[in-house]
Amino acid sequence: MAIIVQSPSPSLPPPANTTGLMGWMRQNLFSTVGNSLLTVVLFVGIVSLLIPLVQWAFIDADWVGTTRDDCKSGGACWVFVNVHFQQFMYGLYPEAERWRVSLVAVILVITLAALMIPKIPGKKYIGIFALFFFPIVAFYLLVGNRFGLPHVETNLWGGLMLTLVIAIVGIVAALPLGILLALGRRSKMPIVRSVCIAFIEIWRGVPLITVLFMSSVMLPLFLPEGMDFDKLLRALVGITLFQSAYMAEVIRGGLQAIPKGQYEAASALGLNYWQSMYKVILPQALKMVIPGIVNTFISLFKDTSLVLIIGLFDLLAIVQAAFSNPKWLGFAVEGYVFAALVFWIFCFSMSRYSQHLEHKLRTTH
Amino acid sequence: MEQEKNPIAITLREVNKWYGEFHVLKNLNLDVSRGERIVICGPSGSGKSTMIRCINRLEEHQKGQIIVDGIELNNDIKNIDQIRREVGMVFQHFNLFPHLTVLENCCLAPMWVRKIPRKEAEATAMEYLERVKIPHQAKKFPGQLSGGQQQRVAIARSLCMKPRIMLFDEPTSALDPEMIKEVLDTMIELAESGMTMLCVTHEMGFAKTVADRVIFMDGGEIIEMNPPDEFFNHPQHERTQLFLSQILAH
Ligand SMILES: Nc1ncnc2c1ncn2[C@@H]1O[C@H](COP(=O)(O)OP(=O)(O)O)[C@@H](O)[C@H]1O
Ligand SMILES: [Mg+2]
Repeated sequence: MAIIVQSPSPSLPPPANTTGLMGWMRQNLFSTVGNSLLTVVLFVGIVSLLIPLVQWAFIDADWVGTTRDDCKSGGACWVFVNVHFQQFMYGLYPEAERWRVSLVAVILVITLAALMIPKIPGKKYIGIFALFFFPIVAFYLLVGNRFGLPHVETNLWGGLMLTLVIAIVGIVAALPLGILLALGRRSKMPIVRSVCIAFIEIWRGVPLITVLFMSSVMLPLFLPEGMDFDKLLRALVGITLFQSAYMAEVIRGGLQAIPKGQYEAASALGLNYWQSMYKVILPQALKMVIPGIVNTFISLFKDTSLVLIIGLFDLLAIVQAAFSNPKWLGFAVEGYVFAALVFWIFCFSMSRYSQHLEHKLRTTH
Repeated sequence: MEQEKNPIAITLREVNKWYGEFHVLKNLNLDVSRGERIVICGPSGSGKSTMIRCINRLEEHQKGQIIVDGIELNNDIKNIDQIRREVGMVFQHFNLFPHLTVLENCCLAPMWVRKIPRKEAEATAMEYLERVKIPHQAKKFPGQLSGGQQQRVAIARSLCMKPRIMLFDEPTSALDPEMIKEVLDTMIELAESGMTMLCVTHEMGFAKTVADRVIFMDGGEIIEMNPPDEFFNHPQHERTQLFLSQILAH
């Protein structure tokens, strides 16, 4: 019996210059004369914009100090942000009570982390806590007036804290409402369907700013004398209803993409309407429209700054108020850059997480 | 108990259905005994799917009576739910739930409709997956299986509800030829176990092997209904003869 020893044939050399930095550049940046020209022009453009920006924001910037006189270098005056930082975060929330806001934030971050990190077990219970108990805890901590905590009026709430309260309540309430509206719009029952269509089309047809304005100025006119409910609550209701109409349309798109066979298989197995929606249709439909849902979340997050119109001071409004103060006139750019950066961090995180989720939930190759 | 004694599984009496103006089912009459295997064939568009989909109320008939397992199908939701629990259905395109694993596909209805605890449902599911010969794929998603495997999972999924009657709507016509046999074998085994079956299929070999009666439909009517011997060797109607000559030719 012969044993054939065969050494593996040597692999072929790679085609010239497609690997490595030079190869990559040749392939992607300088493949034709036109592309080379475009690369050079864009490169010069970006660099000539970036250099002064970096110069302004970092190299020439002033970071520490207490008044505007500490800003002498001619670059960005981050002292302005530094001095107002607490205010930007908490608004006019009484200083002695700010720990309550921070505590809520800490609980929120821990809960979210526990929900998002796959290795942590008991997702069901964490989810129940996040949806049902956390809001109660947060409510009593923030509002107070119970358990020995002094009451803090919502008109003192402001800054990033207010932005987050509005955005999170809006997101958490608009999603289920949007789902119900989307299901209602596809219902076989004519009355349910008509009501949902009317609701969606009315809210989608008016600008959010009008909704907020009406909720704060017009609503009190219709309410009986003496019955006045919280301005923040009204804004929350307005924003939630408004965004749920958009959410409904996004979700309806997903529902429409589910093949008829899925509904039929669920029915044939004996699942009733709600069971087939909950276990079969919605998981698929929602997964399909994650980008659209997150898009709506992001636009909701940014729209929170419109509450300025009814006298609530969200992050952007409070930054604007700060640089309108005569002592700090002239630092609008720093203020806007800071606000933009904070908004961007939140929105970008949501976008990245949605991409991660989409990838994770993919079940076919 | 009363239902056990009832020897008739399905009764169709003067069943009519219209899609708008289009008369799709015309005066269908049929009695299916318990344990009987019936194969339904006929040209495309003749109403075969519509007929069997009326039996579990995926479609609604407008005139006549359909009685399944002693329960009449009408607008009473309770009756519909009860019938769907007893009637399993296998579709041409499998219709597995792509976001659930094979095992979850099989456990979903037993857990939610029959309220069986997860452990027990999973044990039953594994039993049936073994019967259709794919227990080792239980943790995979449907998208990772071949067409033949998916269809066998679909059969197992229906069986997990322990139905008394199984409906098949062209279960092999979306499959590549080499996978048809594995699905047919599963169906033959099921037929031999005594299940009441209504199969829409053009697999005439299957009809000859297991069918007690073969039905030929055309234009929304039952044209001919006979045991396979009679049906294939002495077709009574011209239309049946024509259809058989076409289908057996290739
Ligand atoms: N939802 C529907 N609306 C209108 N016509 C339909 C519908 N479903 C089926 N049909 C028509 O009814 C006839 C019978 O369909 P079907 O039962 O699917 O036939 P088969 O299964 O025998 O091929 C066909 O002509 C088809 O076009
Ligand atoms: Mg058909």
